[in-house]
Amino acid sequence: MSKNILVVDDSVSIRQMVEATLKAAQFNVTLAEDGQDALDKCSRGQFDFVLTDQNMPRMDGLSLIKALRGKAQFSKTPIVVLTTESSDDMKQKGKAAGATGWMVKPFSPDVLLNVLKRVLG
Amino acid sequence: MSIDVEQFHGVFFDESEEHLQAMEDLLMTIDVDAPDIEELNSIFRAAHSIKGGSGIFGFDRLTGLTHIMETLLDKARNQSIELDTAIVDLFLETVDILKATLTAYREQQPLPEAEIAAGIAQLEATLSAFDNAPKADSVQNQDAIEEDDGFGFFDDLPEPDSTSETVEASADTDDLFGDLAFGAEAQSAERAAPQATTEEEDGFGFFDDIVTPDVNNSPQSDEAFGFFEELPEPPKTPVASVTPIQTAAKKPATTNNSSAARESGSIRVDTAKIDGMVNLVGELVITQSMLSMIGRDIEGQSGEMLQAAIDELQRNTREIQESVMSMRMLPVNMTFNRFPRVVRDLSQKLGKQVKLVIEGGATEIDKSLIEKLVDPLTHLVRNSIDHGIESPQTRAEAGKPESGTVILSAQQKGSSIIISISDDGAGLNRERIMDKAVQNGLPVSLDMPDSDVWQLIFQPGFSTAAEVTDVSGRGVGMDVVRRNIESIGGRIEIESNLGKGSSFSIHLPLTLAIVDGMCVTVGEQIFVMPLLNIIESFQPKPEQIQTIGNDNVLWIRDEYWPLVPLHQMMQVDDAIAEPTESIIVLLESGKNRFGVQVDALMGQQQVVIKSLEKHYKKVAGVAGATIMGDGKVALIIDVDSMAQSCQLTIKHEVCA
Repeated sequence: MSKNILVVDDSVSIRQMVEATLKAAQFNVTLAEDGQDALDKCSRGQFDFVLTDQNMPRMDGLSLIKALRGKAQFSKTPIVVLTTESSDDMKQKGKAAGATGWMVKPFSPDVLLNVLKRVLG
Repeated sequence: MSIDVEQFHGVFFDESEEHLQAMEDLLMTIDVDAPDIEELNSIFRAAHSIKGGSGIFGFDRLTGLTHIMETLLDKARNQSIELDTAIVDLFLETVDILKATLTAYREQQPLPEAEIAAGIAQLEATLSAFDNAPKADSVQNQDAIEEDDGFGFFDDLPEPDSTSETVEASADTDDLFGDLAFGAEAQSAERAAPQATTEEEDGFGFFDDIVTPDVNNSPQSDEAFGFFEELPEPPKTPVASVTPIQTAAKKPATTNNSSAARESGSIRVDTAKIDGMVNLVGELVITQSMLSMIGRDIEGQSGEMLQAAIDELQRNTREIQESVMSMRMLPVNMTFNRFPRVVRDLSQKLGKQVKLVIEGGATEIDKSLIEKLVDPLTHLVRNSIDHGIESPQTRAEAGKPESGTVILSAQQKGSSIIISISDDGAGLNRERIMDKAVQNGLPVSLDMPDSDVWQLIFQPGFSTAAEVTDVSGRGVGMDVVRRNIESIGGRIEIESNLGKGSSFSIHLPLTLAIVDGMCVTVGEQIFVMPLLNIIESFQPKPEQIQTIGNDNVLWIRDEYWPLVPLHQMMQVDDAIAEPTESIIVLLESGKNRFGVQVDALMGQQQVVIKSLEKHYKKVAGVAGATIMGDGKVALIIDVDSMAQSCQLTIKHEVCA
């Protein structure tokens, strides 16, 4: 059964590219343009994996993660936060917010699929 | 698994352009002494977005520059550095370099390497001036990490088959949970199994699954996780509801354009799709007028009902037509919005004080015109500032306010859009222009009306600037400006008052695909002439027709007009040859005026222009074709090119 992935990023081009990559790998993809939009999508469905950018208008990635962890159905969902700063500071914050892991941006489609494989099998 | 990533490049370019424009707009209005944190955040996010996308799509010349800019911006918004005009100027220059680099990528031209390197150097210099060794390290760290695999997990990765349940059960969970003091987290990530360490260098990483299923309420979450000071408004996170961060609510400029657009209910549409619609609507108009014609022949009650229905159809079609045409229309502000910057930079550079006023920016013009107007407008604005507006001193001496004003305005008048650039500067100098014209060997006469004199500046090689400034004095500008305008179907008019100022107005047709025309017959053929170009039409009297050499000319309104027998030019047989038995239509286009001889007038009609150029070579005098209500094809006259090709030197010979 295909897994459902939620992709959250304020950049149209990145959303499109990730969507195409994931669909080609037989995943179901839902897109959101910022944290708020993602929360709306989450209130209407369940996801097997959430990939979120950090810097977004309205609600950023860390806030989204914190919000999701507060919801019963998303408390264990694998959430990976994208970060262009792989400083420890950012990682700390990601962990503190409840992210399952992090991924450095820019990433190649291969890394993305690799991460998904490691988490979802 | 390879997908073609290139298909997303266009979207990335569009997005990044919007980001760069937003950054520029914000930088222009930022108050250096008391910068708005939200504005800084927006600028930061825009730079960050471009950086992210550029890395993913491989446009690395954008990455390096945006990265350092982002670092500086971060410090600015954290208030660890203070902004000053020099830094803002540097940011603006960086935006320029980014724009140029983006264009180079988009058009696959050589990248401006020298400027990029210089830009990076300057930003780095500014950064180090604030003495931030740690930050410099993080830049290096960034590079180091990016070389590796690019991900990491915060704790031992759960078994691939199971989800976080396994993790919960693992003994490690409790250990790490206990270590979840704020500062210890980074270390615990490293202390985890070697696997985690190597994964850190892989470009991604996994934390442990920290939240146990029982933990749901906020107090506990808060204790375990902590706050994020960098957020514009710390989100209050009660369990189910989240307050959106809406600090930018009252400032639409700070949200990036596409999400603002989404909030207001618009979508991006490929222009090809709109063009397709325009075409189909054109076909609809033609079909509908065919129906109309046929319907006229049907008598009786059915005939009446049919007519009524067709009238209704006509109304609907017209509405669709207008609606579709308006889809291609965009506010002229999209062209105007770059000018505050142009004016600011140029006036600084030339030591003049100039205020720019923009009026009618919401006026809409066809999308194809937005881009094409940029060059001519830029040249005209530069002209105004360079040659029009005087130096503050000169202005003061003349009793004018030291700051000059340039007004950029757009308005719709009937079926034209008029875009004008006016200044309260020195105005055009008639004598100097006449002198230069004589110097260049152009035909002038002492009693030429001012409007004719002003048009002289459009001649190639014409610049009366005493010194050629590198900005606009090269003398190659104005003729190109006029040609650009004419190529989009417009014309440019000049008004000027010595000592008071000048005004350049560009007249553009409102829509390009539909024309209001006068249908005329020549033999069996029908031609359509754009109403815009028609002065008047009449049946000539014998004394109005004169012969010069082999050609007929008109003597009308006390001057000679060239006469074009359309049947000759278009090689139509069976047309009325004798001018006094035909109809003369007086046409004008720009400065050219001439008469066209046709058999008869048929009536006014709105026609849809169909281009012939896909199948036939371009012919002088023909703009395209259209299908009349009865199915016949009519050619649409291109008054401009007809004027050019029909030997207008006749007039000069006659009048000289």
